[in-house]
Amino acid sequence: MRKIIKTLACAVLATVVTTGQSMAREGDQISIVGSSTVFPFSTIVAERFAKNTDFKAPVIESTGTGGGAKLFCSGIGLEHPDVTNASRAMKSSEKEKCTANGITPVEYMIGFDGITFSNSKKAKKYSLTKEEIFKAVSAKVMSEGKVVDNNFKTWSDINPSLPNVKIDVLAPPPSSGTRDAFVELVMHDTCKKLYKMSKADYKASCSALREDGAVTEAGENDNLIIEKLAANQDRFGIFGYSFLDQNKDKVQGSVVNGVAPSMETIADSSYKVSRPLFFYVKQEHVGVIPGLQEFADYFMSLTVSGSPLEAAGLIPKP
Amino acid sequence: MIRKNIRSRRARETRLKIYGISSICFALIMLATLLISIGLNGYSALQQAYFKVDISVNTEKFVDERDFLNNKKMNLFNWDGLVQSALREFFPEVKERDEKKELFAIISANAGYDLKEIVKKKALGSGSHTLSVWLHLSDDADQYLKGRLSIDIPEEDRRINNKQIAWVNSLVERDIAKLKFNKAFFTSADSREPESAGILGSVVGSALTLFVTVMFALPLAIMASIYLEYFAKPGRITDFIEVNINNLAAVPSIVFGLLGLSVFLSTFGLPRSAPLVGGLVLGLMTLPTIIIASRASIRSIPPSIREAALGLGASKMQAAMHHVLPLAAPGILTGTIIGMAQALGETAPLLMIGMVAFIIDIPTTFTSSATAMPVQIYMWSDSAERAFYERSSLAILFLVAFLISMNLLAVILRKKFEKKW
Repeated sequence: MRKIIKTLACAVLATVVTTGQSMAREGDQISIVGSSTVFPFSTIVAERFAKNTDFKAPVIESTGTGGGAKLFCSGIGLEHPDVTNASRAMKSSEKEKCTANGITPVEYMIGFDGITFSNSKKAKKYSLTKEEIFKAVSAKVMSEGKVVDNNFKTWSDINPSLPNVKIDVLAPPPSSGTRDAFVELVMHDTCKKLYKMSKADYKASCSALREDGAVTEAGENDNLIIEKLAANQDRFGIFGYSFLDQNKDKVQGSVVNGVAPSMETIADSSYKVSRPLFFYVKQEHVGVIPGLQEFADYFMSLTVSGSPLEAAGLIPKP
Repeated sequence: MIRKNIRSRRARETRLKIYGISSICFALIMLATLLISIGLNGYSALQQAYFKVDISVNTEKFVDERDFLNNKKMNLFNWDGLVQSALREFFPEVKERDEKKELFAIISANAGYDLKEIVKKKALGSGSHTLSVWLHLSDDADQYLKGRLSIDIPEEDRRINNKQIAWVNSLVERDIAKLKFNKAFFTSADSREPESAGILGSVVGSALTLFVTVMFALPLAIMASIYLEYFAKPGRITDFIEVNINNLAAVPSIVFGLLGLSVFLSTFGLPRSAPLVGGLVLGLMTLPTIIIASRASIRSIPPSIREAALGLGASKMQAAMHHVLPLAAPGILTGTIIGMAQALGETAPLLMIGMVAFIIDIPTTFTSSATAMPVQIYMWSDSAERAFYERSSLAILFLVAFLISMNLLAVILRKKFEKKW
């Protein structure tokens, strides 16, 4: 008994010590972190890359754009990721952190993603302006030149020509890149262009969503939002175009500023609520991690129209 | 007077009984509803749509000097093209580029790769061969054949158009497309194409992780509980340790993930996404549960057994190791298995240490990248493709079955080895 326990303890200790020393990662695998919006595209590329080349399959984590940049910029070496995905360009603060740690991020723009304001297929298709969407979801609105609490209860309160239906919107959580982009492209944009507010002003009063019940925060799971929209015809949801594309039998995207969301309108940027998507490669790891440059090139080769990424909802650069 | 009292007491008793029965019924109905609804969503994932093609391959291009198939040479070959041209033979009328693209969309994007793997597995010698193989149809065609896509809505809103439906139907009529057992689900790891996605990768990942968990937590828990029961002197410090163990059992699991990130990954530099780290984190998480169960089990051994051993001259250690521990083993095992079942269902602590990731390879060692079963379910339920919906339901059923069998094992072990005094 004693002997057995002794050997076992030794074995466990030995494994822990040796593995801990010898490797921080199985050295020949590309490690990718970052945006949950780019995640589905990145995984498609990774799978094809692994199945069509001799390189090992990359490991991809969906950490969100901000979380990914933090991990990516924390250092050089096998314990740090090689690629980070981003649903916005890297912020200057993030770039500074990278530079401080001796990292050169190489930017690759892969295409666009539209953000849709959708409702159930069974309901009427709405045609809205950015301002009307802003008035429906923002915590603060403008009234006679002053910033006041939002009191619009129904869509017809905002614009008499809209139906007399209670405002009920499912919004993504603050941790999501979709939420960031929506706030920037719809809410900040309205305050900046229409109300001529200064940057400090619109950041302060046009960033928060309503908390009086008209806007509900949904989880990160976009499928759940689709189910909820299908169940309640008066409800709207905010999510990326790729989910609309997969669920066109259940939901429809509202027309925004006169343009309906589609592959074509997002690509030629006539649909205004869209954002570019990126991935960043750690230059210092190229040549150290096998297949890293090949992966980047392979990714870019798939960002053309007619590729499987387009079928998954990525809108290629025109 | 007395009779009235008795009657009201009996009535109260009956009411209590009714309350009890109805609450059990309620719980059972809820459980049944849950399982049935998941089952109804998931059972169809046991089947997958396949189509049969006869393909002639000339392996001369792939073999090296020793007549072995060469991986590099095989990777360079256009396998997709081979499958696509075989498919086109069924529909010679398809000529235009756009139409061809629509036609190829009814078969799996991985069909070429699957064919390559089949050829590799058969280890064909040099020469030309004709193979009759069953390959996956695409997830949309699969969902259509299972009746999970409604086709009474306008064509442009559908994932599958009228032409594609006609092609699929024509394949079915010719008996070269049908639903067969979904083998890939049980034999492959994750994929972005629902038709090639499977749970084996995450099952192996879970198994490796749980192995580390047991190896780490069980010895520690047994040592700790023996010490606390037999050696520790009652006092402030012992009380403090005891309170903390009980508190630790109630700490939210994500906290252990953060601990794993800062200690195992940052300080010790262990690999990210590895079952080794996952096992250690889950081991720490289940440690208090196992300690509490082990102590209860050790305490339930009649003191007379230990005293008799001590009286006959055994040392404290001999009494504990030779007499108490074997008798307490069933209880300790039960506690361990319940702790393991809890660890099996956790995703939150794994999130921080990078095990919530898309991983295509089936893990082979304790340091290769891996995920776990609940993580796989979470990731599938988050995917846009409709066919992942039924697959995640089936994976849930699989996980529940796994948990039930673990708990069953705990019950059987207890029944078998339990001693009554």
